[in-house]
Amino acid sequence: MIQEKCDSINCRECGSSFCCTKIKHISVKHGSNQILKDVNLHIHCGELTAIIGVNGAGKSTLLKALLGEIPHLGEIVYLETKNKVTKTPIIGYVPQKLDFDLSSPMSVLDVFAAAKSKKPIWWGTPKKVRERAKASLAKVEAEQLIDRQLGVLSGGELQRVLLALALNPIPNILLLDEPVSGIDHKGLKLFYQTVADIRKTYDLSIILVSHDLHLVAHYADRVALLNNGTIEICGTPQEVFASHEVNALFNMGSYERVKEGE
Amino acid sequence: MSIWYSLIDFLLPFEWTQYTFMKNALLGVLLVTPMFGLLGTMVVNNKMAFFSDALGHSALTGIALGVLWKVTNPLWSMLLFSILMTFAIIKVKSTNTASMDTVIGVFSSTAVALGIVILSYKGGFAKYSVYLIGDLLSITPKDLMLLVVTFIIVVLLWISAFNRIFLVSLNPSLARSRGILVHFWEYVFALTVAVIVTLSIQWVGTMIISSMLVLPAAAARNVACNVKQYTFFSVLIALISGLSGLILSYFLGVASGATIVLVLGAFFAITYVIKLKK
Repeated sequence: MIQEKCDSINCRECGSSFCCTKIKHISVKHGSNQILKDVNLHIHCGELTAIIGVNGAGKSTLLKALLGEIPHLGEIVYLETKNKVTKTPIIGYVPQKLDFDLSSPMSVLDVFAAAKSKKPIWWGTPKKVRERAKASLAKVEAEQLIDRQLGVLSGGELQRVLLALALNPIPNILLLDEPVSGIDHKGLKLFYQTVADIRKTYDLSIILVSHDLHLVAHYADRVALLNNGTIEICGTPQEVFASHEVNALFNMGSYERVKEGE
Repeated sequence: MSIWYSLIDFLLPFEWTQYTFMKNALLGVLLVTPMFGLLGTMVVNNKMAFFSDALGHSALTGIALGVLWKVTNPLWSMLLFSILMTFAIIKVKSTNTASMDTVIGVFSSTAVALGIVILSYKGGFAKYSVYLIGDLLSITPKDLMLLVVTFIIVVLLWISAFNRIFLVSLNPSLARSRGILVHFWEYVFALTVAVIVTLSIQWVGTMIISSMLVLPAAAARNVACNVKQYTFFSVLIALISGLSGLILSYFLGVASGATIVLVLGAFFAITYVIKLKK
């Protein structure tokens, strides 16, 4: 019943010209190992869709397929208003802290300049690029971190810096890969507050991959459960957390108990 | 070349610079070490130290194939083989079947064993032992021209594509999200390293070539805070070690490549102490 909601909702009009993302029949195989099979999901602008699932369910693989980093079957269609297909949406991506080699000498500015400037960063950064990076960082209250080494940032600071980078330029779709791991409570709140503000202002489509069901319950508009390589359930947080599949997988009692935990 | 020779005579009127082979070696060091300093920063970032080691070792197979095919200059068979090795290693790496160091270990040891078997046929290995330790002093003006060309290519690559190669090494998914062709740049960088390593084997030797690539960057990492410092320290340490190692080896009468690596090792120790005190 609930599963039908994953891909049957019509796209609605949004403030931005970008409208929705249709993930159709995505399958990913690694050797003989089928990681994703027939994943169908529609992502809407102005909504935060959370993808939950146990470790190894294929959540990160799905993000990588969306980024076009790994080969997959099926198609991902990006629609603008009036169902016009666009080929190249701007994708913002916030990776996990674990995926960085933080022992390498590089400053926050280096990472911004490498992404935003054509001039090789080992030759130094033009003032203009520095000013722009600072303005981007200011949006996430991180402008004071501009000359700090990436390796010494706290989990929360690094996430905010990566978010600032993902929001420059303002993307059509924002992908957040478990941005909550290893972050202090205050940093977490600031991070999600920024995400919520941006979503309202720019009508972004946001996909959040997460383990943290409390946060999902609090911030997500829609939740999709990825299990056995496919989307098993999706709907509002209330609907999904009340399902016995989610209860069995996460051993968490009911949605009410998640709510109580806040 | 004559301009270079008279320039050295004018600038460095010392005993050790009288000889043409020393003038050639000096120019060789000035070309090879900055390249190694530059490439090394990304080799270390990408955790490719073992990869460059494998390339160095596989050069023996390249030489062996050259002998089998009766190629006049074994450089071409070495280049061909190291490029094939690079493609094979990256291909296997991307399928993610075994951990990277195991994959490289398998390729490297099989290749080096094959090389030794072919070269030792009828007990003829001794004449190839020059490739094991290398000989900077045997560098010729023709070799130097080839090094000049590769030097220019590496510098151009570092000017035009460094930011992209940097982002790919930082986080491939992040690079992809910014529209960078991750696999393409992975190949470009790995092949550049393969070509530089192969070209330098004759002068540096298969045994220590990867330390020449890894040590300047590893030492620079100890003291640098950003990419600019990282790059400049790495190149500077490589250059100073190259020059002082060459001069030391001349007066001590020992292998120049190995002496350079020893100086690099000293640099690493010093920077490590500085890092601890910070």
